[in-house]
Amino acid sequence: MPLDAADLSALIGLCREEIELHCEHLGRLDSAIGDGDHGANMRRGLEAVYRERDAISVLPLPAALERIGLVLVMSIGGAAGPLYGTLLMELGRGLAARDLAARELAVRELDAREEETDFAAVLAVAVTAVARRGRSGPGDKTLLDVLYPVQAELASHAAPVRIAECARLAARGTEMMLARRGRASYLGERSIGHEDPGASSCALLTMTICHYFKEQAPS
Amino acid sequence: MTPARIANVGIVIVSHSPLVAQGAADMVRQMVGDCVPLAWTGGNVEGGLGTHVAGILAAIEAAWSEAGVAIFVDLGGAETNSEAAVEMLGPARAARIAICNAPLVEGAVVAAAEASGGSTLARVVATAEELSA
Repeated sequence: MPLDAADLSALIGLCREEIELHCEHLGRLDSAIGDGDHGANMRRGLEAVYRERDAISVLPLPAALERIGLVLVMSIGGAAGPLYGTLLMELGRGLAARDLAARELAVRELDAREEETDFAAVLAVAVTAVARRGRSGPGDKTLLDVLYPVQAELASHAAPVRIAECARLAARGTEMMLARRGRASYLGERSIGHEDPGASSCALLTMTICHYFKEQAPS
Repeated sequence: MTPARIANVGIVIVSHSPLVAQGAADMVRQMVGDCVPLAWTGGNVEGGLGTHVAGILAAIEAAWSEAGVAIFVDLGGAETNSEAAVEMLGPARAARIAICNAPLVEGAVVAAAEASGGSTLARVVATAEELSA
């Protein structure tokens, strides 16, 4: 589904609301295994994006995503800032490169399924960039444990509602993992039994976006 | 700024706590006076515990030296945010910045002592990182 300025502005607003709603919950999750500031940090980041939403949403999608990434890097703070920032900036850069290649080759318009395949490929590269930035991989109890399965679902053309459910379950799945990155890793075995706050915020945002797409999809 | 000072590697201290960052910087100053460019940043944008990219960028600018800059960090987010900041400065300047794998206080003091003698960035970093070896 192509995104226009109204969609982007609406999505920014919805993501901000979702984080605001779960800010305390994310803080509590983080207090259990980290420094407790994940909710406040994410809220600060989404507020900063929200303040710029009018300027952001009129940009072409690749530039808009890159700008959102930059705003998140500068505003979230904590380890989550560079991780979410890298994800969005790489998504933007990847989509820009794809658009450029498409123009040079003067290929025909892609159909919806091909668009999805393309987007999934760009997302895979962006997720790899997040892994590099955090020097972590699958099973380390981070937001990557949501991003990897979400990317896989998208690549297999799953419906938004299924991707949302996948994100929710993936975040819950971090509960039994042993943290190997970030401050939670200092707790060793005691990190087991708590959902990872980064995975949790990532699932909330994924579910919000998927829900929007489901609502907008022609039935 | 004297030419001698410009020639020495700069030191940047990044802590989640402004008090820790400033305290570490005080200890560096006590060692080397002002013959080494030095800057610190600590705390999130609201002044609470944390780190943020804009503060780190400003500290790198303040301690910038043509000989390079060595950054000392405390916990995870300080390192990840420092990496993001360095990347934003572009490849040419990033090549002259090193984030050291060394304890914050000891690393910064040892590195500054090394830098005050006019050592290269690689030498300054190696000396600080010997502490973690």
